[in-house]
Amino acid sequence: MPATTLSKTAAHDPRVFDLDQLSLRELNQALHNLAPGSNETAWEVLNPKGSHSVAVGVDQPVAIDVRGSVGYYCGGMNSGSTITVHGSAGPGVGENMMSGSITIKGDASQYAGATGKGGLLVIEGNASSRCGISMKGIDIVVHGNIGHMSAFMAQSGNLVVLGDAGDALGDSIYEARLFVRGKVESLGADCIAKEMRTEHLELLQGLLDRAGITGVKPSEFKRYGSARTLYNFNIDNADAY
Amino acid sequence: MCGIVGLFLKDKSLEPQLGAMLSQMLISLSDRGPDSAGIAIYGAPSKNEAKITIQSARPDRDFRGLEAELAKAIGTPVTMAVKSTHAVVRTTPAKIDEARETIQALRPDIRIMGAGDVVEIYKEVGLPEAVVDRFDVRKMTGTHGIGHTRMATESAVTTMGAHPFSTGADQCLVHNGSLSNHNNVRRELIREGMTFETENDTEVAAAYLSSQMAHGKNLGEALEGTLSDLDGFFTFVVGTKNGFGVVRDPIACKPAVMAETDQYVAFGSEYRALTKLPGIDNARVWEPEPATVYFWEH
Repeated sequence: MPATTLSKTAAHDPRVFDLDQLSLRELNQALHNLAPGSNETAWEVLNPKGSHSVAVGVDQPVAIDVRGSVGYYCGGMNSGSTITVHGSAGPGVGENMMSGSITIKGDASQYAGATGKGGLLVIEGNASSRCGISMKGIDIVVHGNIGHMSAFMAQSGNLVVLGDAGDALGDSIYEARLFVRGKVESLGADCIAKEMRTEHLELLQGLLDRAGITGVKPSEFKRYGSARTLYNFNIDNADAY
Repeated sequence: MCGIVGLFLKDKSLEPQLGAMLSQMLISLSDRGPDSAGIAIYGAPSKNEAKITIQSARPDRDFRGLEAELAKAIGTPVTMAVKSTHAVVRTTPAKIDEARETIQALRPDIRIMGAGDVVEIYKEVGLPEAVVDRFDVRKMTGTHGIGHTRMATESAVTTMGAHPFSTGADQCLVHNGSLSNHNNVRRELIREGMTFETENDTEVAAAYLSSQMAHGKNLGEALEGTLSDLDGFFTFVVGTKNGFGVVRDPIACKPAVMAETDQYVAFGSEYRALTKLPGIDNARVWEPEPATVYFWEH
Protein backbone atom coordinates (compact mmCIF):
# COMPACT_ATOMS: atom_id res chain seq x y z
CA MET A 1 0.00 0.00 0.00
CA PRO A 2 1.56 3.35 -0.98
CA ALA A 3 2.31 5.93 1.68
CA THR A 4 -0.27 8.27 0.15
CA THR A 5 -2.98 6.31 1.92
CA LEU A 6 -1.81 7.96 5.11
CA SER A 7 -3.77 11.08 5.73
CA LYS A 8 -1.27 13.61 6.88
CA THR A 9 -2.62 17.00 6.02
CA ALA A 10 -0.83 19.02 8.67
CA ALA A 11 1.76 18.35 11.32
CA HIS A 12 -0.74 18.56 14.14
CA ASP A 13 -3.57 16.61 12.59
CA PRO A 14 -3.57 13.05 13.76
CA ARG A 15 -1.65 10.62 11.64
CA VAL A 16 -4.26 8.03 10.75
CA PHE A 17 -3.46 4.35 10.28
CA ASP A 18 -6.28 2.23 8.94
CA LEU A 19 -5.45 -1.38 9.73
CA ASP A 20 -7.85 -2.47 6.97
CA GLN A 21 -5.39 -0.81 4.56
CA LEU A 22 -2.02 -1.08 6.28
CA SER A 23 -0.38 -3.86 8.21
CA LEU A 24 0.15 -3.85 11.94
CA ARG A 25 3.88 -4.05 11.31
CA GLU A 26 3.75 -0.80 9.33
CA LEU A 27 1.92 0.90 12.20
CA ASN A 28 4.32 -0.29 14.87
CA GLN A 29 7.38 0.44 12.72
CA ALA A 30 6.15 4.00 12.11
CA LEU A 31 5.65 4.45 15.85
CA HIS A 32 9.11 3.06 16.58
CA ASN A 33 10.63 5.39 13.97
CA LEU A 34 9.45 8.46 15.87
CA ALA A 35 12.40 10.62 16.79
CA PRO A 36 12.51 12.55 20.06
CA GLY A 37 10.72 15.88 19.64
CA SER A 38 8.75 14.76 16.58
CA ASN A 39 5.76 16.93 15.68
CA GLU A 40 3.71 13.83 14.94
CA THR A 41 2.27 13.74 18.41
CA ALA A 42 -1.26 12.55 17.59
CA TRP A 43 -2.01 9.15 16.09
CA GLU A 44 -5.22 7.41 15.29
CA VAL A 45 -5.61 3.71 14.57
CA LEU A 46 -8.74 2.57 12.73
CA ASN A 47 -10.18 -0.93 12.36
CA PRO A 48 -8.00 -2.75 14.89
CA LYS A 49 -10.58 -5.61 14.90
CA GLY A 50 -8.90 -7.53 17.68
CA SER A 51 -5.37 -7.25 16.25
CA HIS A 52 -2.57 -8.33 18.53
CA SER A 53 0.28 -6.08 19.71
CA VAL A 54 -1.21 -2.76 18.62
CA ALA A 55 1.20 0.07 19.58
CA VAL A 56 3.67 -2.06 21.52
CA GLY A 57 7.04 -0.66 22.48
CA VAL A 58 6.26 3.01 21.83
CA ASP A 59 8.95 5.14 23.46
CA GLN A 60 7.93 8.71 22.60
CA PRO A 61 5.34 10.91 24.38
CA VAL A 62 2.69 10.76 21.67
CA ALA A 63 -1.09 10.26 21.95
CA ILE A 64 -2.54 7.21 20.20
CA ASP A 65 -6.29 6.75 19.85
CA VAL A 66 -7.34 3.25 18.85
CA ARG A 67 -10.88 3.20 17.46
CA GLY A 68 -12.18 -0.27 18.26
CA SER A 69 -11.25 -3.39 20.21
CA VAL A 70 -7.76 -4.85 20.31
CA GLY A 71 -6.37 -8.35 20.92
CA TYR A 72 -3.36 -9.47 22.94
CA TYR A 73 -0.67 -7.17 24.36
CA CYS A 74 -1.88 -3.75 23.27
CA GLY A 75 0.52 -1.05 24.48
CA GLY A 76 2.97 -3.58 25.88
CA MET A 77 6.24 -2.07 27.15
CA ASN A 78 4.77 1.40 26.68
CA SER A 79 7.28 4.06 27.58
CA GLY A 80 5.78 7.51 27.77
CA SER A 81 2.93 7.42 25.26
CA THR A 82 -0.73 8.01 26.02
CA ILE A 83 -2.83 5.25 24.47
CA THR A 84 -6.63 5.24 24.49
CA VAL A 85 -8.51 2.18 23.29
CA HIS A 86 -12.07 3.10 22.34
CA GLY A 87 -13.22 -0.47 22.78
CA SER A 88 -12.13 -3.52 24.77
CA ALA A 89 -8.70 -5.08 25.12
CA GLY A 90 -7.60 -8.71 24.93
CA PRO A 91 -5.14 -10.44 27.25
CA GLY A 92 -2.01 -8.67 28.50
CA VAL A 93 -2.90 -5.06 27.81
CA GLY A 94 -0.06 -2.80 28.97
CA GLU A 95 2.13 -5.74 29.85
CA ASN A 96 5.41 -4.50 31.28
CA MET A 97 4.46 -0.85 30.83
CA MET A 98 7.34 1.43 31.88
CA SER A 99 5.69 4.87 31.87
CA GLY A 100 2.95 6.88 30.16
CA SER A 101 -0.68 5.85 30.30
CA ILE A 102 -3.16 3.48 28.72
CA THR A 103 -6.93 3.91 29.00
CA ILE A 104 -9.34 1.17 27.97
CA LYS A 105 -12.86 2.48 27.44
CA GLY A 106 -14.36 -1.01 27.52
CA ASP A 107 -13.31 -4.20 29.34
CA ALA A 108 -9.88 -5.79 29.60
CA SER A 109 -9.17 -9.51 29.44
CA GLN A 110 -6.72 -11.51 31.54
CA TYR A 111 -3.49 -10.20 33.07
CA ALA A 112 -3.98 -6.52 32.34
CA GLY A 113 -0.90 -4.57 33.35
CA ALA A 114 1.09 -7.72 34.12
CA THR A 115 4.65 -7.03 35.33
CA GLY A 116 4.17 -3.29 34.68
CA LYS A 117 6.98 -1.16 36.09
CA GLY A 118 5.42 2.28 35.82
CA GLY A 119 2.79 4.50 34.24
CA LEU A 120 -0.98 4.41 34.65
CA LEU A 121 -3.41 1.84 33.27
CA VAL A 122 -7.09 2.80 33.49
CA ILE A 123 -9.79 0.27 32.63
CA GLU A 124 -13.19 1.92 32.46
CA GLY A 125 -15.08 -1.39 32.28
CA ASN A 126 -14.21 -4.64 34.06
CA ALA A 127 -10.87 -6.42 34.12
CA SER A 128 -10.66 -10.19 34.00
CA SER A 129 -8.51 -12.62 35.97
CA ARG A 130 -4.91 -11.95 37.02
CA CYS A 131 -5.17 -8.18 36.69
CA GLY A 132 -1.85 -6.67 37.82
CA ILE A 133 -0.12 -10.02 38.19
CA SER A 134 3.49 -9.47 39.28
CA MET A 135 3.08 -5.69 39.01
CA LYS A 136 6.33 -3.91 39.76
CA GLY A 137 5.41 -0.25 40.14
CA ILE A 138 2.56 0.37 37.70
CA ASP A 139 -0.64 2.07 38.89
CA ILE A 140 -3.84 0.37 37.72
CA VAL A 141 -7.32 1.86 38.18
CA VAL A 142 -10.34 -0.28 37.28
CA HIS A 143 -13.79 1.34 37.25
CA GLY A 144 -15.58 -2.02 37.35
CA ASN A 145 -14.69 -5.42 38.81
CA ILE A 146 -11.55 -7.54 38.60
CA GLY A 147 -11.34 -11.33 38.29
CA HIS A 148 -9.64 -14.01 40.33
CA MET A 149 -5.93 -14.15 41.21
CA SER A 150 -5.49 -10.43 40.63
CA ALA A 151 -2.27 -8.86 41.93
CA PHE A 152 -0.73 -12.31 42.31
CA MET A 153 2.87 -11.81 43.52
CA ALA A 154 2.43 -8.06 43.09
CA GLN A 155 5.67 -6.37 44.06
CA SER A 156 5.01 -2.64 44.05
CA GLY A 157 2.63 -0.04 42.65
CA ASN A 158 -1.07 0.51 43.29
CA LEU A 159 -4.18 -1.34 42.16
CA VAL A 160 -7.44 0.58 42.62
CA VAL A 161 -10.75 -1.19 42.03
CA LEU A 162 -14.03 0.71 42.20
CA GLY A 163 -16.07 -2.50 41.97
CA ASP A 164 -15.51 -5.99 43.37
CA ALA A 165 -12.50 -8.31 43.35
CA GLY A 166 -12.60 -12.04 42.61
CA ASP A 167 -11.06 -14.97 44.48
CA ALA A 168 -7.54 -15.01 45.89
CA LEU A 169 -6.81 -11.30 45.65
CA GLY A 170 -3.16 -10.50 46.22
CA ASP A 171 -1.93 -14.05 46.66
CA SER A 172 1.74 -14.07 47.71
CA ILE A 173 1.84 -10.29 47.47
CA TYR A 174 4.98 -8.29 48.26
CA GLU A 175 4.70 -4.51 48.68
CA ALA A 176 2.00 -3.40 46.22
CA ARG A 177 -1.04 -1.59 47.65
CA LEU A 178 -4.50 -2.78 46.74
CA PHE A 179 -7.55 -0.54 47.22
CA VAL A 180 -10.95 -2.13 46.68
CA ARG A 181 -14.25 -0.27 47.04
CA GLY A 182 -16.56 -3.25 46.69
CA LYS A 183 -16.60 -6.81 47.90
CA VAL A 184 -13.53 -9.08 47.84
CA GLU A 185 -14.50 -12.67 47.12
CA SER A 186 -11.48 -13.98 49.01
CA LEU A 187 -7.93 -12.97 49.86
CA GLY A 188 -4.97 -15.01 48.67
CA ALA A 189 -2.15 -16.36 50.83
CA ASP A 190 -0.44 -13.67 52.92
CA CYS A 191 -2.78 -10.89 51.75
CA ILE A 192 -4.61 -9.05 54.53
CA ALA A 193 -6.85 -6.02 55.03
CA LYS A 194 -4.87 -3.09 56.35
CA GLU A 195 -5.57 0.16 58.09
CA MET A 196 -6.29 3.12 55.79
CA ARG A 197 -4.11 5.88 57.18
CA THR A 198 -3.98 9.52 56.06
CA GLU A 199 -1.08 8.88 53.72
CA HIS A 200 -3.10 6.14 51.99
CA LEU A 201 -6.17 8.34 51.65
CA GLU A 202 -3.98 11.01 50.06
CA LEU A 203 -2.28 8.52 47.77
CA LEU A 204 -5.64 7.12 46.69
CA GLN A 205 -7.10 10.59 46.07
CA GLY A 206 -4.11 11.28 43.84
CA LEU A 207 -4.69 8.07 41.88
CA LEU A 208 -8.40 8.83 41.45
CA ASP A 209 -7.52 12.33 40.25
CA ARG A 210 -4.98 11.00 37.76
CA ALA A 211 -7.58 8.56 36.43
CA GLY A 212 -10.11 11.42 36.09
CA ILE A 213 -12.55 9.85 38.54
CA THR A 214 -14.86 12.21 40.43
CA GLY A 215 -17.65 11.57 42.90
CA VAL A 216 -15.82 8.70 44.59
CA LYS A 217 -14.21 9.23 47.99
CA PRO A 218 -11.03 7.46 49.14
CA SER A 219 -12.79 6.65 52.41
CA GLU A 220 -15.11 4.29 50.49
CA PHE A 221 -12.20 1.90 49.85
CA LYS A 222 -10.48 -0.73 51.92
CA ARG A 223 -6.76 -1.28 51.69
CA TYR A 224 -5.14 -4.70 51.31
CA GLY A 225 -1.50 -5.65 51.31
CA SER A 226 1.10 -8.12 52.43
CA ALA A 227 1.18 -9.64 55.91
CA ARG A 228 4.86 -10.25 55.15
CA THR A 229 4.80 -13.73 56.62
CA LEU A 230 6.12 -15.35 53.44
CA TYR A 231 9.18 -13.14 53.18
CA ASN A 232 11.46 -15.51 55.05
CA PHE A 233 11.46 -19.24 55.38
CA ASN A 234 10.00 -20.30 58.71
CA ILE A 235 11.47 -23.53 60.02
CA ASP A 236 8.14 -24.39 61.65
CA ASN A 237 6.67 -24.74 58.16
CA ALA A 238 9.27 -27.25 56.98
CA ASP A 239 6.74 -30.07 57.03
CA ALA A 240 4.63 -28.26 54.45
CA TYR A 241 7.32 -28.67 51.77
CA MET B 1 -2.94 -22.39 21.82
CA CYS B 2 -5.66 -23.81 19.54
CA GLY B 3 -8.51 -21.68 18.32
CA ILE B 4 -12.16 -22.51 18.81
CA VAL B 5 -15.34 -20.96 17.52
CA GLY B 6 -19.04 -21.57 17.87
CA LEU B 7 -22.15 -19.99 16.43
CA PHE B 8 -25.73 -20.59 17.52
CA LEU B 9 -28.30 -18.84 15.36
CA LYS B 10 -31.51 -17.45 16.78
CA ASP B 11 -32.57 -15.74 13.56
CA LYS B 12 -33.67 -18.28 10.94
CA SER B 13 -32.87 -15.88 8.12
CA LEU B 14 -29.16 -16.36 8.86
CA GLU B 15 -29.31 -20.16 8.53
CA PRO B 16 -28.27 -20.21 4.85
CA GLN B 17 -25.11 -18.32 5.86
CA LEU B 18 -24.11 -20.51 8.82
CA GLY B 19 -21.32 -22.30 6.94
CA ALA B 20 -19.90 -19.07 5.55
CA MET B 21 -20.04 -17.28 8.91
CA LEU B 22 -18.46 -20.14 10.85
CA SER B 23 -15.78 -20.62 8.17
CA GLN B 24 -14.79 -16.98 8.31
CA MET B 25 -14.65 -17.09 12.12
CA LEU B 26 -12.41 -20.15 12.10
CA ILE B 27 -10.08 -18.88 9.36
CA SER B 28 -9.53 -15.67 11.35
CA LEU B 29 -7.95 -17.80 14.11
CA SER B 30 -5.63 -19.79 11.81
CA ASP B 31 -2.49 -18.58 13.57
CA ARG B 32 -3.69 -20.13 16.84
CA GLY B 33 -3.15 -23.61 15.41
CA PRO B 34 -1.76 -24.75 12.05
CA ASP B 35 -1.92 -28.52 12.53
CA SER B 36 -5.46 -29.49 11.69
CA ALA B 37 -8.93 -28.03 11.56
CA GLY B 38 -12.49 -29.22 11.80
CA ILE B 39 -16.02 -28.05 11.79
CA ALA B 40 -19.38 -29.52 12.85
CA ILE B 41 -22.55 -28.15 11.29
CA TYR B 42 -26.04 -28.86 12.57
CA GLY B 43 -28.37 -28.82 9.58
CA ALA B 44 -32.12 -28.94 9.22
CA PRO B 45 -33.75 -31.99 10.81
CA SER B 46 -35.60 -34.48 8.64
CA LYS B 47 -38.12 -37.04 9.90
CA ASN B 48 -37.12 -39.56 7.28
CA GLU B 49 -33.38 -39.67 7.52
CA ALA B 50 -30.43 -39.64 9.81
CA LYS B 51 -26.80 -39.24 8.79
CA ILE B 52 -23.37 -40.65 9.39
CA THR B 53 -20.25 -38.71 8.43
CA ILE B 54 -17.48 -41.10 7.41
CA GLN B 55 -13.85 -40.56 6.49
CA SER B 56 -11.23 -42.52 4.63
CA ALA B 57 -7.56 -41.90 3.90
CA ARG B 58 -8.25 -43.67 0.58
CA PRO B 59 -11.71 -42.46 -0.46
CA ASP B 60 -11.29 -43.68 -4.07
CA ARG B 61 -11.01 -47.25 -2.84
CA ASP B 62 -13.26 -47.19 0.23
CA PHE B 63 -16.18 -45.11 -1.05
CA ARG B 64 -16.54 -46.81 -4.45
CA GLY B 65 -19.65 -48.97 -4.53
CA LEU B 66 -20.30 -48.48 -0.80
CA GLU B 67 -23.71 -46.87 -1.28
CA ALA B 68 -25.15 -49.89 -3.11
CA GLU B 69 -23.43 -52.47 -0.92
CA LEU B 70 -24.68 -50.79 2.25
CA ALA B 71 -28.26 -50.45 0.95
CA LYS B 72 -28.30 -54.11 0.05
CA ALA B 73 -26.80 -55.21 3.37
CA ILE B 74 -29.28 -53.29 5.53
CA GLY B 75 -32.23 -53.69 3.13
CA THR B 76 -33.05 -49.97 3.09
CA PRO B 77 -32.32 -47.20 0.60
CA VAL B 78 -29.14 -45.27 1.33
CA THR B 79 -27.72 -42.13 -0.22
CA MET B 80 -24.11 -41.15 0.03
CA ALA B 81 -22.66 -37.72 -0.78
CA VAL B 82 -18.87 -37.75 -1.11
CA LYS B 83 -16.86 -34.64 -0.26
CA SER B 84 -13.13 -35.30 -0.70
CA THR B 85 -12.00 -37.63 2.11
CA HIS B 86 -15.39 -37.52 3.82
CA ALA B 87 -18.85 -38.72 2.87
CA VAL B 88 -22.26 -38.26 4.42
CA VAL B 89 -24.37 -41.40 4.42
CA ARG B 90 -28.13 -40.92 4.83
CA THR B 91 -30.70 -43.55 5.64
CA THR B 92 -33.81 -44.00 7.78
CA PRO B 93 -33.28 -43.16 11.48
CA ALA B 94 -34.31 -46.66 12.53
CA LYS B 95 -31.46 -48.16 10.53
CA ILE B 96 -28.71 -45.77 11.51
CA ASP B 97 -26.97 -47.97 14.10
CA GLU B 98 -27.10 -50.96 11.79
CA ALA B 99 -25.73 -48.85 8.94
CA ARG B 100 -22.85 -47.72 11.11
CA GLU B 101 -21.89 -51.26 12.06
CA THR B 102 -22.27 -52.46 8.50
CA ILE B 103 -20.04 -49.70 7.12
CA GLN B 104 -17.30 -50.75 9.50
CA ALA B 105 -17.71 -54.38 8.54
CA LEU B 106 -17.73 -53.64 4.81
CA ARG B 107 -14.86 -51.13 4.93
CA PRO B 108 -12.68 -51.61 8.03
CA ASP B 109 -10.47 -48.64 7.15
CA ILE B 110 -13.31 -46.14 7.20
CA ARG B 111 -13.51 -43.95 10.30
CA ILE B 112 -16.79 -42.64 11.67
CA MET B 113 -16.57 -38.88 12.28
CA GLY B 114 -20.00 -38.65 13.85
CA ALA B 115 -23.62 -39.56 13.45
CA GLY B 116 -27.03 -38.24 14.31
CA ASP B 117 -30.17 -36.69 12.92
CA VAL B 118 -28.60 -33.39 11.91
CA VAL B 119 -24.85 -33.16 12.48
CA GLU B 120 -22.16 -33.35 9.82
CA ILE B 121 -18.49 -33.28 10.85
CA TYR B 122 -15.53 -32.51 8.64
CA LYS B 123 -11.96 -32.48 9.89
CA GLU B 124 -8.54 -32.91 8.36
CA VAL B 125 -4.89 -32.08 8.81
CA GLY B 126 -4.13 -28.63 7.42
CA LEU B 127 -5.02 -24.98 7.89
CA PRO B 128 -8.66 -23.92 8.40
CA GLU B 129 -8.92 -22.34 4.97
CA ALA B 130 -7.74 -25.54 3.24
CA VAL B 131 -10.17 -27.64 5.27
CA VAL B 132 -13.08 -25.26 4.65
CA ASP B 133 -12.33 -25.25 0.90
CA ARG B 134 -11.87 -29.00 0.70
CA PHE B 135 -15.31 -29.67 2.16
CA ASP B 136 -17.09 -26.65 0.72
CA VAL B 137 -18.16 -25.65 4.23
CA ARG B 138 -19.05 -22.08 3.25
CA LYS B 139 -22.10 -23.29 1.33
CA MET B 140 -23.49 -25.31 4.23
CA THR B 141 -26.68 -24.20 5.93
CA GLY B 142 -27.69 -24.94 9.47
CA THR B 143 -28.87 -23.80 12.87
CA HIS B 144 -25.60 -23.95 14.80
CA GLY B 145 -22.04 -25.15 14.49
CA ILE B 146 -18.65 -25.34 16.15
CA GLY B 147 -15.10 -25.30 14.79
CA HIS B 148 -11.53 -25.82 15.88
CA THR B 149 -8.02 -25.16 14.63
CA ARG B 150 -5.42 -27.22 16.42
CA MET B 151 -1.96 -26.77 17.83
CA ALA B 152 -1.36 -30.33 18.93
CA THR B 153 -0.09 -31.08 22.42
CA GLU B 154 -1.57 -34.28 23.80
CA SER B 155 -1.62 -36.60 20.79
CA ALA B 156 -0.42 -36.91 17.21
CA VAL B 157 -1.33 -34.65 14.30
CA THR B 158 -3.74 -36.89 12.45
CA THR B 159 -7.24 -36.63 11.04
CA MET B 160 -8.61 -38.55 13.99
CA GLY B 161 -6.74 -36.32 16.44
CA ALA B 162 -8.43 -33.24 14.98
CA HIS B 163 -11.48 -31.73 16.63
CA PRO B 164 -14.50 -31.74 16.84
CA PHE B 165 -14.81 -35.03 18.66
CA SER B 166 -18.16 -36.76 18.53
CA THR B 167 -18.99 -39.57 20.92
CA GLY B 168 -22.77 -39.60 20.84
CA ALA B 169 -25.61 -38.95 18.43
CA ASP B 170 -25.52 -35.30 17.36
CA GLN B 171 -23.07 -34.50 20.15
CA CYS B 172 -19.68 -32.98 19.60
CA LEU B 173 -17.07 -30.96 21.37
CA VAL B 174 -14.08 -28.71 20.67
CA HIS B 175 -11.44 -27.95 23.28
CA ASN B 176 -8.68 -25.49 23.92
CA GLY B 177 -6.39 -26.72 26.64
CA SER B 178 -5.11 -30.03 27.91
CA LEU B 179 -6.50 -32.51 30.41
CA SER B 180 -4.30 -34.22 32.97
CA ASN B 181 -6.61 -36.98 34.22
CA HIS B 182 -7.84 -38.20 30.85
CA ASN B 183 -6.30 -41.66 31.17
CA ASN B 184 -8.18 -42.37 34.38
CA VAL B 185 -11.45 -40.98 33.08
CA ARG B 186 -11.03 -42.96 29.85
CA ARG B 187 -10.59 -46.19 31.84
CA GLU B 188 -13.75 -45.46 33.83
CA LEU B 189 -15.73 -44.73 30.67
CA ILE B 190 -14.43 -47.88 28.95
CA ARG B 191 -15.68 -49.84 31.95
CA GLU B 192 -19.10 -48.25 31.33
CA GLY B 193 -18.97 -49.54 27.79
CA MET B 194 -17.85 -46.49 25.84
CA THR B 195 -15.41 -46.92 22.98
CA PHE B 196 -12.55 -44.65 21.95
CA GLU B 197 -10.91 -44.05 18.61
CA THR B 198 -7.78 -42.21 19.81
CA GLU B 199 -5.43 -41.54 22.72
CA ASN B 200 -6.57 -37.92 22.67
CA ASP B 201 -7.56 -36.10 25.87
CA THR B 202 -10.39 -34.18 24.20
CA GLU B 203 -12.08 -37.36 23.04
CA VAL B 204 -12.34 -38.27 26.73
CA ALA B 205 -14.08 -34.99 27.51
CA ALA B 206 -16.54 -35.61 24.67
CA ALA B 207 -17.20 -39.14 25.86
CA TYR B 208 -17.61 -37.91 29.45
CA LEU B 209 -20.36 -35.53 28.33
CA SER B 210 -22.03 -38.22 26.20
CA SER B 211 -21.99 -40.54 29.18
CA GLN B 212 -23.48 -37.92 31.48
CA MET B 213 -26.24 -37.12 28.99
CA ALA B 214 -26.90 -40.84 28.44
CA HIS B 215 -27.55 -40.97 32.20
CA GLY B 216 -30.28 -38.38 31.79
CA LYS B 217 -28.49 -35.12 32.45
CA ASN B 218 -29.15 -32.16 30.21
CA LEU B 219 -26.31 -30.32 28.49
CA GLY B 220 -25.98 -27.76 31.28
CA GLU B 221 -25.81 -30.41 34.01
CA ALA B 222 -23.32 -32.46 32.02
CA LEU B 223 -21.08 -29.41 31.55
CA GLU B 224 -21.33 -28.66 35.26
CA GLY B 225 -19.86 -32.12 35.92
CA THR B 226 -16.69 -31.36 33.96
CA LEU B 227 -15.74 -28.84 36.64
CA SER B 228 -15.38 -31.52 39.30
CA ASP B 229 -14.54 -34.61 37.23
CA LEU B 230 -12.04 -33.30 34.67
CA ASP B 231 -8.66 -31.97 35.76
CA GLY B 232 -6.61 -29.68 33.56
CA PHE B 233 -7.00 -26.65 31.39
CA PHE B 234 -10.06 -26.33 29.28
CA THR B 235 -12.38 -24.11 27.43
CA PHE B 236 -15.02 -26.38 25.90
CA VAL B 237 -17.57 -25.48 23.27
CA VAL B 238 -20.18 -28.17 22.79
CA GLY B 239 -22.96 -28.81 20.31
CA THR B 240 -25.99 -31.04 20.70
CA LYS B 241 -28.94 -31.57 18.36
CA ASN B 242 -30.66 -28.41 19.55
CA GLY B 243 -28.18 -26.88 21.96
CA PHE B 244 -24.90 -25.08 22.30
CA GLY B 245 -22.82 -24.79 25.48
CA VAL B 246 -19.61 -23.28 26.82
CA VAL B 247 -17.62 -23.94 29.98
CA ARG B 248 -14.15 -22.89 31.18
CA ASP B 249 -12.11 -24.48 33.96
CA PRO B 250 -11.79 -22.54 37.24
CA ILE B 251 -8.31 -21.18 36.38
CA ALA B 252 -9.59 -20.01 32.98
CA CYS B 253 -6.26 -19.28 31.36
CA LYS B 254 -7.50 -20.40 27.94
CA PRO B 255 -9.04 -17.35 26.31
CA ALA B 256 -12.70 -16.96 25.46
CA VAL B 257 -14.96 -14.19 24.22
CA MET B 258 -18.68 -14.36 23.60
CA ALA B 259 -21.13 -12.12 21.79
CA GLU B 260 -24.91 -12.17 21.79
CA THR B 261 -27.46 -10.28 19.72
CA ASP B 262 -31.10 -10.94 18.86
CA GLN B 263 -29.77 -12.90 15.87
CA TYR B 264 -27.10 -15.19 17.36
CA VAL B 265 -24.83 -16.28 20.18
CA ALA B 266 -21.20 -16.52 19.10
CA PHE B 267 -18.05 -17.82 20.74
CA GLY B 268 -14.41 -17.17 19.78
CA SER B 269 -11.05 -17.83 21.41
CA GLU B 270 -10.40 -14.21 20.55
CA TYR B 271 -12.44 -11.18 19.61
CA ARG B 272 -10.83 -11.32 16.15
CA ALA B 273 -13.14 -14.24 15.35
CA LEU B 274 -16.23 -12.13 15.97
CA THR B 275 -15.40 -8.89 14.16
CA LYS B 276 -17.19 -9.70 10.91
CA LEU B 277 -20.45 -10.94 12.42
CA PRO B 278 -23.50 -8.84 11.61
CA GLY B 279 -24.26 -6.21 14.24
CA ILE B 280 -21.16 -7.02 16.28
CA ASP B 281 -20.60 -3.36 17.15
CA ASN B 282 -23.85 -3.34 19.08
CA ALA B 283 -23.66 -6.90 20.41
CA ARG B 284 -23.31 -7.70 24.09
CA VAL B 285 -19.68 -8.88 24.21
CA TRP B 286 -18.29 -10.51 27.33
CA GLU B 287 -15.70 -12.92 28.62
CA PRO B 288 -17.33 -16.06 30.01
CA GLU B 289 -16.65 -16.43 33.73
CA PRO B 290 -14.44 -19.25 35.03
CA ALA B 291 -16.23 -22.40 36.26
CA THR B 292 -19.54 -21.14 34.91
CA VAL B 293 -21.75 -23.06 32.51
CA TYR B 294 -23.41 -21.22 29.64
CA PHE B 295 -25.84 -22.98 27.34
CA TRP B 296 -28.57 -22.20 24.88
CA GLU B 297 -31.18 -24.51 23.36
CA HIS B 298 -33.53 -24.09 20.43
